[in-house]
Amino acid sequence: MIRSVPRSRWFDGLYLAYLVAFFVYLALPLTVTAVFAFNDAPFPSLPWKGFTLDWYLADGSGGRTGLFHDDTLLSALWVSTKIAFWVTVGSVALGCVNAVLFERLEFRGKEFLYLLMLLPLVIPGVILGVSILVFYSGMANDASRLWGIELDVFRPGMTLVVMGQVTFIATLATLVIAARLRKFDRQLEEAALNLGATPVVAWFTVTLPWLMPSIFGAAAMAFLMSFENFNTTVMLTGSDTPLTVALFNRLREGSTPVLNAVALLLMVGSALLAVMAMGRSRDNA
Amino acid sequence: MNASAGRLSLWLLLTPFLLWIVLLVLVPHLQMLRVSFQVRESWDTLAWGLEQYQNFFTESYYWRTFVRTGVMSLFTTFLTLLIAFPIAWYIARLARGRAKGLLFLACLVPFWASELVRTYGWMILLRESGLFSSWLQALGWADGPVEMLYNDVAVIIGLVYNGLLFMVVPLVTTLDGMDENLVEAGYDLGGNHLTVLREVVVPWAMPGIVSGCIVVFMLTLGSYLTPILMGGKDSAWFTEQIFTQFITRFNWEQGAALGVLLLVLSSLIVWLGLKLSGQSLRKVMG
Repeated sequence: MIRSVPRSRWFDGLYLAYLVAFFVYLALPLTVTAVFAFNDAPFPSLPWKGFTLDWYLADGSGGRTGLFHDDTLLSALWVSTKIAFWVTVGSVALGCVNAVLFERLEFRGKEFLYLLMLLPLVIPGVILGVSILVFYSGMANDASRLWGIELDVFRPGMTLVVMGQVTFIATLATLVIAARLRKFDRQLEEAALNLGATPVVAWFTVTLPWLMPSIFGAAAMAFLMSFENFNTTVMLTGSDTPLTVALFNRLREGSTPVLNAVALLLMVGSALLAVMAMGRSRDNA
Repeated sequence: MNASAGRLSLWLLLTPFLLWIVLLVLVPHLQMLRVSFQVRESWDTLAWGLEQYQNFFTESYYWRTFVRTGVMSLFTTFLTLLIAFPIAWYIARLARGRAKGLLFLACLVPFWASELVRTYGWMILLRESGLFSSWLQALGWADGPVEMLYNDVAVIIGLVYNGLLFMVVPLVTTLDGMDENLVEAGYDLGGNHLTVLREVVVPWAMPGIVSGCIVVFMLTLGSYLTPILMGGKDSAWFTEQIFTQFITRFNWEQGAALGVLLLVLSSLIVWLGLKLSGQSLRKVMG
Protein backbone atom coordinates (compact mmCIF):
# COMPACT_ATOMS: atom_id res chain seq x y z
CA MET A 1 0.00 0.00 0.00
CA ILE A 2 2.81 2.37 -0.77
CA ARG A 3 2.73 4.62 -3.81
CA SER A 4 4.53 2.14 -6.02
CA VAL A 5 2.13 -0.71 -5.27
CA PRO A 6 -1.05 -0.64 -7.38
CA ARG A 7 -4.26 -0.16 -5.45
CA SER A 8 -7.81 -0.75 -6.52
CA ARG A 9 -10.12 2.24 -7.04
CA TRP A 10 -12.63 1.25 -4.43
CA PHE A 11 -9.85 0.85 -1.90
CA ASP A 12 -8.65 4.38 -2.66
CA GLY A 13 -12.20 5.71 -2.35
CA LEU A 14 -12.70 3.96 0.95
CA TYR A 15 -9.39 5.23 2.28
CA LEU A 16 -10.26 8.79 1.28
CA ALA A 17 -13.68 8.53 2.92
CA TYR A 18 -12.00 7.30 6.09
CA LEU A 19 -9.57 10.22 6.09
CA VAL A 20 -12.40 12.72 5.66
CA ALA A 21 -14.44 11.09 8.41
CA PHE A 22 -11.42 11.16 10.70
CA PHE A 23 -10.73 14.84 10.26
CA VAL A 24 -14.42 15.68 10.68
CA TYR A 25 -14.33 13.72 13.95
CA LEU A 26 -11.28 15.74 15.01
CA ALA A 27 -12.70 19.12 14.10
CA LEU A 28 -16.34 18.78 15.08
CA PRO A 29 -16.30 19.20 18.90
CA LEU A 30 -14.02 22.22 18.78
CA THR A 31 -15.92 23.86 15.93
CA VAL A 32 -19.28 23.63 17.66
CA THR A 33 -17.78 24.87 20.93
CA ALA A 34 -16.37 27.91 19.15
CA VAL A 35 -19.54 28.64 17.16
CA PHE A 36 -21.87 28.52 20.16
CA ALA A 37 -19.84 31.18 21.92
CA PHE A 38 -21.71 33.60 19.65
CA ASN A 39 -25.24 32.18 19.77
CA ASP A 40 -27.81 34.66 21.09
CA ALA A 41 -29.47 32.12 23.43
CA PRO A 42 -28.98 31.32 27.11
CA PHE A 43 -28.08 27.69 26.41
CA PRO A 44 -25.44 26.38 23.97
CA SER A 45 -27.70 24.32 21.69
CA LEU A 46 -29.68 24.61 18.49
CA PRO A 47 -31.66 26.44 17.14
CA TRP A 48 -29.38 29.25 16.10
CA LYS A 49 -30.83 32.51 17.42
CA GLY A 50 -28.44 34.95 15.78
CA PHE A 51 -25.00 36.37 16.40
CA THR A 52 -24.07 38.15 19.64
CA LEU A 53 -20.98 39.19 21.57
CA ASP A 54 -22.93 39.16 24.86
CA TRP A 55 -21.07 36.13 26.17
CA TYR A 56 -17.90 38.19 26.12
CA LEU A 57 -19.10 41.73 26.73
CA ALA A 58 -22.44 41.76 28.63
CA ASP A 59 -22.06 43.48 32.01
CA GLY A 60 -24.78 41.63 33.89
CA SER A 61 -27.49 44.30 33.46
CA GLY A 62 -29.59 42.28 31.01
CA GLY A 63 -29.40 39.07 33.02
CA ARG A 64 -26.29 38.00 31.15
CA THR A 65 -22.75 38.25 32.43
CA GLY A 66 -20.10 38.04 29.76
CA LEU A 67 -16.62 36.63 30.32
CA PHE A 68 -14.96 40.04 30.62
CA HIS A 69 -17.27 40.95 33.53
CA ASP A 70 -17.19 37.57 35.23
CA ASP A 71 -14.86 38.16 38.19
CA THR A 72 -14.64 34.51 39.22
CA LEU A 73 -13.43 33.39 35.82
CA LEU A 74 -11.12 36.37 35.37
CA SER A 75 -9.39 35.80 38.69
CA ALA A 76 -9.13 32.08 37.90
CA LEU A 77 -7.50 33.04 34.60
CA TRP A 78 -4.98 35.14 36.50
CA VAL A 79 -4.24 32.33 38.97
CA SER A 80 -3.64 29.93 36.08
CA THR A 81 -1.31 32.42 34.42
CA LYS A 82 0.78 32.82 37.56
CA ILE A 83 0.99 29.06 38.05
CA ALA A 84 1.91 28.50 34.41
CA PHE A 85 4.63 31.16 34.64
CA TRP A 86 6.38 29.54 37.60
CA VAL A 87 5.95 26.05 36.16
CA THR A 88 7.54 27.22 32.91
CA VAL A 89 10.49 28.82 34.69
CA GLY A 90 11.06 25.79 36.91
CA SER A 91 10.62 23.15 34.21
CA VAL A 92 12.77 24.86 31.59
CA ALA A 93 15.58 25.51 34.09
CA LEU A 94 15.49 21.89 35.21
CA GLY A 95 15.25 20.78 31.60
CA CYS A 96 18.44 22.63 30.62
CA VAL A 97 20.40 21.29 33.56
CA ASN A 98 19.15 17.73 33.02
CA ALA A 99 19.85 17.86 29.30
CA VAL A 100 23.49 18.80 29.89
CA LEU A 101 23.76 16.23 32.67
CA PHE A 102 22.54 13.35 30.50
CA GLU A 103 23.98 14.38 27.14
CA ARG A 104 27.41 15.63 28.16
CA LEU A 105 28.59 13.97 31.32
CA GLU A 106 29.56 10.41 32.00
CA PHE A 107 29.08 9.07 35.50
CA ARG A 108 28.25 5.88 37.29
CA GLY A 109 24.56 5.00 37.46
CA LYS A 110 23.65 7.27 34.54
CA GLU A 111 21.34 4.70 32.91
CA PHE A 112 19.47 4.24 36.18
CA LEU A 113 19.10 7.97 36.78
CA TYR A 114 17.86 8.41 33.21
CA LEU A 115 15.12 5.89 33.88
CA LEU A 116 14.25 7.76 37.08
CA MET A 117 14.03 10.93 34.98
CA LEU A 118 11.49 9.23 32.68
CA LEU A 119 9.47 7.90 35.62
CA PRO A 120 7.01 10.82 35.94
CA LEU A 121 5.77 10.04 32.41
CA VAL A 122 4.47 6.64 33.45
CA ILE A 123 2.75 7.77 36.65
CA PRO A 124 -0.87 8.87 36.21
CA GLY A 125 -1.32 12.60 36.88
CA VAL A 126 -3.82 12.00 39.65
CA ILE A 127 -1.27 9.89 41.55
CA LEU A 128 1.41 12.57 41.19
CA GLY A 129 -1.02 15.03 42.75
CA VAL A 130 -2.13 12.67 45.49
CA SER A 131 1.39 11.69 46.56
CA ILE A 132 2.50 15.31 46.82
CA LEU A 133 -0.65 16.15 48.75
CA VAL A 134 -0.08 13.25 51.17
CA PHE A 135 3.56 14.09 51.79
CA TYR A 136 3.61 17.88 51.97
CA SER A 137 0.15 18.57 53.30
CA GLY A 138 0.56 15.71 55.76
CA MET A 139 3.86 17.24 56.86
CA ALA A 140 2.15 20.59 57.40
CA ASN A 141 -0.56 18.87 59.45
CA ASP A 142 1.97 17.04 61.59
CA ALA A 143 4.07 20.14 62.15
CA SER A 144 1.00 22.01 63.25
CA ARG A 145 -0.22 19.24 65.55
CA LEU A 146 3.09 18.32 67.15
CA TRP A 147 4.96 21.59 67.35
CA GLY A 148 2.38 24.25 66.57
CA ILE A 149 4.37 25.39 63.53
CA GLU A 150 2.22 26.50 60.61
CA LEU A 151 3.74 25.52 57.26
CA ASP A 152 1.11 27.23 55.14
CA VAL A 153 3.18 26.91 51.95
CA PHE A 154 2.56 23.21 52.04
CA ARG A 155 -1.18 23.46 52.48
CA PRO A 156 -3.13 22.93 49.25
CA GLY A 157 -2.64 26.02 47.14
CA MET A 158 -0.55 27.59 44.45
CA THR A 159 2.84 26.35 45.68
CA LEU A 160 1.72 22.74 45.75
CA VAL A 161 0.10 23.07 42.33
CA VAL A 162 3.35 24.43 40.88
CA MET A 163 5.32 21.61 42.51
CA GLY A 164 2.92 18.96 41.24
CA GLN A 165 3.01 20.24 37.68
CA VAL A 166 6.79 20.72 37.57
CA THR A 167 7.14 17.05 38.52
CA PHE A 168 6.12 15.79 35.09
CA ILE A 169 6.52 18.88 32.88
CA ALA A 170 10.25 19.00 33.75
CA THR A 171 10.66 15.54 32.20
CA LEU A 172 9.06 16.70 28.96
CA ALA A 173 11.19 19.86 28.89
CA THR A 174 14.30 17.72 29.44
CA LEU A 175 13.44 15.46 26.50
CA VAL A 176 12.84 18.43 24.16
CA ILE A 177 16.06 20.24 25.09
CA ALA A 178 18.19 17.08 25.21
CA ALA A 179 17.05 16.13 21.69
CA ARG A 180 18.48 19.39 20.35
CA LEU A 181 21.67 19.23 22.41
CA ARG A 182 22.31 15.78 20.92
CA LYS A 183 22.50 17.34 17.44
CA PHE A 184 25.00 19.99 18.52
CA ASP A 185 28.39 19.87 16.83
CA ARG A 186 30.85 19.82 19.72
CA GLN A 187 33.65 21.11 17.51
CA LEU A 188 32.01 24.53 17.67
CA GLU A 189 32.44 24.56 21.42
CA GLU A 190 36.00 23.26 21.14
CA ALA A 191 36.77 26.04 18.67
CA ALA A 192 35.57 28.60 21.20
CA LEU A 193 37.73 26.99 23.88
CA ASN A 194 40.75 26.97 21.55
CA LEU A 195 40.20 30.65 20.83
CA GLY A 196 40.60 31.33 24.53
CA ALA A 197 37.05 31.29 25.88
CA THR A 198 36.47 29.82 29.32
CA PRO A 199 34.00 26.91 29.44
CA VAL A 200 31.36 29.24 30.93
CA VAL A 201 31.81 31.84 28.17
CA ALA A 202 31.76 29.11 25.52
CA TRP A 203 28.52 27.77 26.99
CA PHE A 204 26.81 31.16 26.94
CA THR A 205 28.06 32.31 23.53
CA VAL A 206 28.00 29.08 21.53
CA THR A 207 25.94 26.29 23.09
CA LEU A 208 23.08 28.26 24.63
CA PRO A 209 22.22 30.15 21.40
CA TRP A 210 22.10 26.78 19.64
CA LEU A 211 19.67 25.49 22.28
CA MET A 212 17.47 28.60 22.17
CA PRO A 213 14.80 27.28 19.74
CA SER A 214 14.31 24.17 21.85
CA ILE A 215 14.19 26.28 25.01
CA PHE A 216 11.42 28.40 23.49
CA GLY A 217 9.63 25.28 22.33
CA ALA A 218 9.92 23.70 25.76
CA ALA A 219 8.72 26.91 27.42
CA ALA A 220 5.65 27.17 25.18
CA MET A 221 4.85 23.52 25.78
CA ALA A 222 5.34 23.85 29.54
CA PHE A 223 3.09 26.91 29.68
CA LEU A 224 0.32 25.21 27.70
CA MET A 225 0.49 21.97 29.63
CA SER A 226 0.42 23.78 32.94
CA PHE A 227 -2.47 25.99 31.87
CA GLU A 228 -4.53 23.04 30.70
CA ASN A 229 -3.67 20.55 33.40
CA PHE A 230 -6.55 19.31 35.48
CA ASN A 231 -5.75 15.91 36.98
CA THR A 232 -2.74 16.90 39.08
CA THR A 233 -4.03 20.40 39.78
CA VAL A 234 -7.42 19.41 41.15
CA MET A 235 -5.81 17.41 43.96
CA LEU A 236 -3.55 20.24 45.08
CA THR A 237 -5.58 23.38 44.60
CA GLY A 238 -6.66 25.48 47.54
CA SER A 239 -8.92 28.51 47.74
CA ASP A 240 -7.35 30.26 44.73
CA THR A 241 -8.89 28.18 41.96
CA PRO A 242 -7.11 27.92 38.61
CA LEU A 243 -9.13 28.22 35.41
CA THR A 244 -9.60 24.55 34.50
CA VAL A 245 -10.92 23.78 37.97
CA ALA A 246 -13.19 26.85 37.95
CA LEU A 247 -14.54 25.83 34.54
CA PHE A 248 -15.13 22.29 35.75
CA ASN A 249 -17.09 23.53 38.76
CA ARG A 250 -19.10 25.83 36.50
CA LEU A 251 -19.79 23.00 34.06
CA ARG A 252 -21.17 20.77 36.79
CA GLU A 253 -23.72 23.49 37.62
CA GLY A 254 -24.89 23.51 34.00
CA SER A 255 -23.50 24.85 30.78
CA THR A 256 -23.85 28.42 29.60
CA PRO A 257 -22.38 30.04 26.49
CA VAL A 258 -19.88 31.82 28.77
CA LEU A 259 -18.09 28.47 28.98
CA ASN A 260 -17.95 28.41 25.18
CA ALA A 261 -16.56 31.93 25.25
CA VAL A 262 -13.77 30.89 27.64
CA ALA A 263 -13.10 27.75 25.63
CA LEU A 264 -12.72 29.74 22.40
CA LEU A 265 -10.44 32.25 24.12
CA LEU A 266 -8.27 29.38 25.40
CA MET A 267 -8.12 27.77 21.96
CA VAL A 268 -7.09 31.03 20.30
CA GLY A 269 -4.55 31.74 23.03
CA SER A 270 -2.91 28.34 22.83
CA ALA A 271 -2.95 28.36 19.03
CA LEU A 272 -1.14 31.72 19.02
CA LEU A 273 1.42 30.43 21.50
CA ALA A 274 1.95 27.25 19.50
CA VAL A 275 2.30 29.12 16.21
CA MET A 276 4.78 31.52 17.81
CA ALA A 277 6.87 28.66 19.17
CA MET A 278 6.78 26.81 15.85
CA GLY A 279 7.64 29.95 13.90
CA ARG A 280 10.61 30.63 16.16
CA SER A 281 12.00 27.14 15.91
CA ARG A 282 11.66 27.27 12.11
CA ASP A 283 13.59 30.57 11.89
CA ASN A 284 16.42 29.13 13.89
CA ALA A 285 16.45 25.63 12.54
CA MET B 1 39.30 20.51 32.61
CA ASN B 2 40.98 18.77 35.50
CA ALA B 3 39.38 16.06 37.60
CA SER B 4 38.21 18.18 40.53
CA ALA B 5 36.57 20.76 38.26
CA GLY B 6 34.86 17.88 36.49
CA ARG B 7 33.57 16.52 39.77
CA LEU B 8 32.36 19.95 40.80
CA SER B 9 30.39 20.50 37.60
CA LEU B 10 28.94 17.01 37.87
CA TRP B 11 27.65 17.73 41.36
CA LEU B 12 26.38 21.17 40.37
CA LEU B 13 24.29 19.59 37.62
CA LEU B 14 23.33 16.54 39.61
CA THR B 15 21.98 18.46 42.61
CA PRO B 16 18.91 20.05 40.96
CA PHE B 17 18.11 16.74 39.30
CA LEU B 18 18.31 14.82 42.55
CA LEU B 19 16.30 17.43 44.46
CA TRP B 20 13.56 17.20 41.84
CA ILE B 21 13.44 13.41 41.64
CA VAL B 22 13.81 12.80 45.37
CA LEU B 23 11.60 15.56 46.76
CA LEU B 24 8.86 15.54 44.14
CA VAL B 25 8.75 11.93 42.99
CA LEU B 26 10.41 9.36 45.24
CA VAL B 27 9.71 10.62 48.75
CA PRO B 28 6.04 11.57 48.12
CA HIS B 29 5.35 8.17 46.57
CA LEU B 30 7.04 6.31 49.42
CA GLN B 31 5.03 8.36 51.88
CA MET B 32 1.85 7.50 49.99
CA LEU B 33 2.81 3.82 50.24
CA ARG B 34 3.44 4.22 53.99
CA VAL B 35 0.15 5.99 54.63
CA SER B 36 -1.73 3.28 52.76
CA PHE B 37 -0.59 0.77 55.40
CA GLN B 38 -1.59 2.93 58.35
CA VAL B 39 -4.83 2.30 60.15
CA ARG B 40 -6.36 5.13 62.14
CA GLU B 41 -7.36 3.82 65.58
CA SER B 42 -8.40 7.12 67.08
CA TRP B 43 -7.88 10.74 66.08
CA ASP B 44 -4.17 10.73 66.91
CA THR B 45 -3.06 7.11 67.11
CA LEU B 46 -2.06 5.03 64.14
CA ALA B 47 -1.22 1.38 63.73
CA TRP B 48 0.15 -0.65 60.86
CA GLY B 49 -2.34 -2.77 59.05
CA LEU B 50 -3.91 -3.89 55.82
CA GLU B 51 -7.39 -2.60 56.52
CA GLN B 52 -7.50 -0.31 53.48
CA TYR B 53 -6.47 -3.11 51.15
CA GLN B 54 -8.99 -5.46 52.74
CA ASN B 55 -11.67 -2.85 52.12
CA PHE B 56 -10.69 -2.81 48.49
CA PHE B 57 -11.12 -6.55 48.08
CA THR B 58 -14.24 -6.93 50.21
CA GLU B 59 -16.20 -3.99 48.87
CA SER B 60 -17.12 -5.12 45.39
CA TYR B 61 -17.73 -1.53 44.30
CA TYR B 62 -14.01 -0.76 44.57
CA TRP B 63 -12.56 -3.69 42.70
CA ARG B 64 -15.32 -3.77 40.13
CA THR B 65 -14.56 -0.17 39.21
CA PHE B 66 -10.85 -1.01 39.27
CA VAL B 67 -11.26 -3.89 36.80
CA ARG B 68 -13.67 -1.87 34.67
CA THR B 69 -11.27 1.06 34.47
CA GLY B 70 -8.40 -1.23 33.49
CA VAL B 71 -10.36 -3.13 30.85
CA MET B 72 -11.90 -0.01 29.33
CA SER B 73 -8.48 1.68 29.21
CA LEU B 74 -6.99 -1.30 27.37
CA PHE B 75 -9.89 -1.35 24.95
CA THR B 76 -9.62 2.41 24.36
CA THR B 77 -5.88 2.08 23.71
CA PHE B 78 -6.44 -0.70 21.19
CA LEU B 79 -9.21 1.22 19.46
CA THR B 80 -7.06 4.35 19.30
CA LEU B 81 -4.28 2.35 17.67
CA LEU B 82 -6.68 0.91 15.06
CA ILE B 83 -8.10 4.34 14.24
CA ALA B 84 -4.76 6.15 14.20
CA PHE B 85 -2.73 3.66 12.17
CA PRO B 86 -4.27 4.29 8.71
CA ILE B 87 -4.08 8.04 9.36
CA ALA B 88 -0.43 7.86 10.38
CA TRP B 89 0.29 5.64 7.38
CA TYR B 90 -1.31 8.16 5.04
CA ILE B 91 0.57 11.10 6.53
CA ALA B 92 3.91 9.28 6.63
CA ARG B 93 3.84 7.38 3.33
CA LEU B 94 1.15 8.56 0.93
CA ALA B 95 0.76 12.32 1.40
CA ARG B 96 3.34 14.55 -0.26
CA GLY B 97 4.85 17.98 0.36
CA ARG B 98 2.45 20.58 1.72
CA ALA B 99 -0.42 18.16 2.21
CA LYS B 100 1.75 16.08 4.50
CA GLY B 101 2.61 19.02 6.76
CA LEU B 102 -0.95 20.31 6.77
CA LEU B 103 -2.51 16.96 7.66
CA PHE B 104 0.00 16.48 10.46
CA LEU B 105 -0.78 19.97 11.74
CA ALA B 106 -4.51 19.20 11.57
CA CYS B 107 -3.89 16.30 13.95
CA LEU B 108 -2.05 18.58 16.37
CA VAL B 109 -4.54 21.45 16.46
CA PRO B 110 -7.24 19.90 18.69
CA PHE B 111 -4.64 19.31 21.36
CA TRP B 112 -3.93 22.96 21.80
CA ALA B 113 -7.32 22.99 23.53
CA SER B 114 -7.48 21.47 26.98
CA GLU B 115 -9.12 18.17 27.82
CA LEU B 116 -11.93 20.08 29.48
CA VAL B 117 -12.69 22.05 26.32
CA ARG B 118 -12.62 18.91 24.17
CA THR B 119 -14.94 17.08 26.54
CA TYR B 120 -17.25 20.06 26.64
CA GLY B 121 -17.42 20.02 22.84
CA TRP B 122 -18.52 16.39 22.89
CA MET B 123 -21.14 17.17 25.52
CA ILE B 124 -22.63 19.86 23.29
CA LEU B 125 -22.79 17.36 20.44
CA LEU B 126 -24.08 14.28 22.22
CA ARG B 127 -26.48 15.38 24.93
CA GLU B 128 -30.26 15.25 24.72
CA SER B 129 -30.55 18.88 23.65
CA GLY B 130 -27.38 18.54 21.62
CA LEU B 131 -26.58 18.87 17.96
CA PHE B 132 -26.73 15.22 16.93
CA SER B 133 -30.11 14.90 18.57
CA SER B 134 -31.39 18.03 16.78
CA TRP B 135 -30.01 16.84 13.45
CA LEU B 136 -31.60 13.41 13.81
CA GLN B 137 -34.94 15.03 14.52
CA ALA B 138 -34.57 17.47 11.63
CA LEU B 139 -33.85 14.57 9.29
CA GLY B 140 -36.90 12.77 10.60
CA TRP B 141 -34.88 9.81 11.88
CA ALA B 142 -35.93 10.37 15.46
CA ASP B 143 -39.28 11.40 16.90
CA GLY B 144 -38.05 13.02 20.06
CA PRO B 145 -34.78 14.12 21.66
CA VAL B 146 -32.17 11.35 21.79
CA GLU B 147 -29.79 11.12 24.74
CA MET B 148 -26.39 9.97 23.53
CA LEU B 149 -24.35 11.22 26.46
CA TYR B 150 -23.91 9.51 29.84
CA ASN B 151 -23.09 6.00 28.66
CA ASP B 152 -19.96 3.94 28.06
CA VAL B 153 -19.91 4.50 24.31
CA ALA B 154 -19.80 8.25 24.87
CA VAL B 155 -16.96 7.82 27.37
CA ILE B 156 -14.96 5.76 24.87
CA ILE B 157 -15.57 8.27 22.07
CA GLY B 158 -14.21 11.00 24.33
CA LEU B 159 -11.26 8.94 25.57
CA VAL B 160 -10.21 7.90 22.06
CA TYR B 161 -10.44 11.53 21.00
CA ASN B 162 -8.15 12.55 23.86
CA GLY B 163 -5.61 9.88 23.03
CA LEU B 164 -5.37 10.20 19.24
CA LEU B 165 -2.56 12.75 19.05
CA PHE B 166 -0.34 10.72 21.34
CA MET B 167 -0.81 7.74 19.05
CA VAL B 168 -0.53 9.54 15.69
CA VAL B 169 2.73 11.38 16.43
CA PRO B 170 4.94 8.40 17.41
CA LEU B 171 3.44 6.30 14.59
CA VAL B 172 4.15 8.97 11.97
CA THR B 173 7.68 9.36 13.32
CA THR B 174 8.54 5.66 13.05
CA LEU B 175 6.70 5.05 9.77
CA ASP B 176 8.42 8.07 8.23
CA GLY B 177 11.79 6.41 8.67
CA MET B 178 10.78 3.15 7.02
CA ASP B 179 12.46 2.12 3.77
CA GLU B 180 9.82 1.50 1.09
CA ASN B 181 12.07 -1.08 -0.51
CA LEU B 182 11.26 -3.33 2.42
CA VAL B 183 7.57 -3.17 1.58
CA GLU B 184 8.20 -3.69 -2.12
CA ALA B 185 10.45 -6.65 -1.33
CA GLY B 186 7.62 -8.09 0.75
CA TYR B 187 5.24 -7.90 -2.23
CA ASP B 188 7.89 -9.18 -4.66
CA LEU B 189 8.40 -12.23 -2.50
CA GLY B 190 4.73 -13.03 -2.96
CA GLY B 191 3.23 -11.51 0.18
CA ASN B 192 -0.29 -10.13 0.10
CA HIS B 193 -1.38 -6.94 1.92
CA LEU B 194 -1.95 -8.78 5.18
CA THR B 195 1.34 -10.65 5.31
CA VAL B 196 3.32 -7.54 4.36
CA LEU B 197 1.52 -5.61 7.09
CA ARG B 198 2.17 -8.33 9.64
CA GLU B 199 5.71 -9.31 8.70
CA VAL B 200 7.22 -6.01 7.55
CA VAL B 201 5.29 -2.91 8.57
CA VAL B 202 4.20 -3.77 12.10
CA PRO B 203 7.62 -5.04 13.25
CA TRP B 204 9.20 -1.89 11.87
CA ALA B 205 6.65 0.38 13.55
CA MET B 206 6.83 -1.49 16.88
CA PRO B 207 8.70 1.20 18.85
CA GLY B 208 6.12 3.78 17.75
CA ILE B 209 3.22 1.46 18.46
CA VAL B 210 4.49 0.65 21.95
CA SER B 211 5.28 4.24 22.81
CA GLY B 212 1.88 5.43 21.56
CA CYS B 213 0.07 2.66 23.40
CA ILE B 214 1.87 3.35 26.67
CA VAL B 215 1.10 7.05 26.61
CA VAL B 216 -2.52 6.57 25.56
CA PHE B 217 -3.05 3.87 28.16
CA MET B 218 -1.57 6.03 30.93
CA LEU B 219 -3.65 9.03 29.90
CA THR B 220 -6.83 6.98 29.72
CA LEU B 221 -6.31 5.13 32.97
CA GLY B 222 -5.54 8.36 34.79
CA SER B 223 -8.20 10.47 33.13
CA TYR B 224 -10.83 12.05 35.30
CA LEU B 225 -12.75 14.69 33.35
CA THR B 226 -13.96 12.59 30.43
CA PRO B 227 -15.43 9.65 32.39
CA ILE B 228 -16.98 11.97 34.99
CA LEU B 229 -18.55 14.40 32.58
CA MET B 230 -19.53 11.98 29.81
CA GLY B 231 -20.21 8.82 31.77
CA GLY B 232 -23.51 7.81 33.30
CA LYS B 233 -24.39 6.68 36.78
CA ASP B 234 -22.90 3.21 36.30
CA SER B 235 -19.75 4.31 34.53
CA ALA B 236 -17.60 5.05 37.55
CA TRP B 237 -13.88 5.54 36.99
CA PHE B 238 -11.20 4.60 39.51
CA THR B 239 -9.63 8.06 39.67
CA GLU B 240 -13.01 9.35 40.80
CA GLN B 241 -12.90 7.08 43.85
CA ILE B 242 -9.43 8.30 44.74
CA PHE B 243 -10.67 11.84 44.47
CA THR B 244 -13.71 11.10 46.62
CA GLN B 245 -11.59 9.57 49.39
CA PHE B 246 -9.20 12.51 49.48
CA ILE B 247 -11.37 15.52 48.86
CA THR B 248 -14.86 14.58 49.99
CA ARG B 249 -14.29 12.04 52.76
CA PHE B 250 -10.87 13.12 54.01
CA ASN B 251 -9.98 9.45 54.28
CA TRP B 252 -6.36 9.78 53.20
CA GLU B 253 -5.41 6.26 54.26
CA GLN B 254 -8.03 4.68 52.00
CA GLY B 255 -7.28 7.14 49.20
CA ALA B 256 -3.55 6.37 49.41
CA ALA B 257 -4.24 2.64 49.20
CA LEU B 258 -6.40 3.13 46.11
CA GLY B 259 -3.68 5.35 44.63
CA VAL B 260 -1.05 2.67 45.22
CA LEU B 261 -3.28 0.08 43.56
CA LEU B 262 -3.78 2.28 40.49
CA LEU B 263 -0.04 2.89 40.29
CA VAL B 264 0.66 -0.85 40.55
CA LEU B 265 -1.87 -1.60 37.81
CA SER B 266 -0.45 1.00 35.44
CA SER B 267 3.19 0.00 36.07
CA LEU B 268 2.33 -3.65 35.62
CA ILE B 269 0.60 -3.13 32.29
CA VAL B 270 3.33 -0.81 30.99
CA TRP B 271 5.96 -3.37 32.04
CA LEU B 272 4.03 -6.20 30.39
CA GLY B 273 3.64 -4.17 27.22
CA LEU B 274 7.38 -3.52 27.07
CA LYS B 275 8.25 -7.15 27.79
CA LEU B 276 5.80 -8.63 25.27
CA SER B 277 6.96 -6.31 22.51
CA GLY B 278 10.64 -6.61 23.43
CA GLN B 279 11.11 -2.85 23.82
CA SER B 280 12.74 -0.84 26.58
CA LEU B 281 11.37 2.24 28.28
CA ARG B 282 14.41 4.21 27.24
CA LYS B 283 13.94 3.35 23.58
CA VAL B 284 10.23 4.15 23.38
CA MET B 285 10.15 7.23 25.65
CA GLY B 286 13.57 8.84 25.53
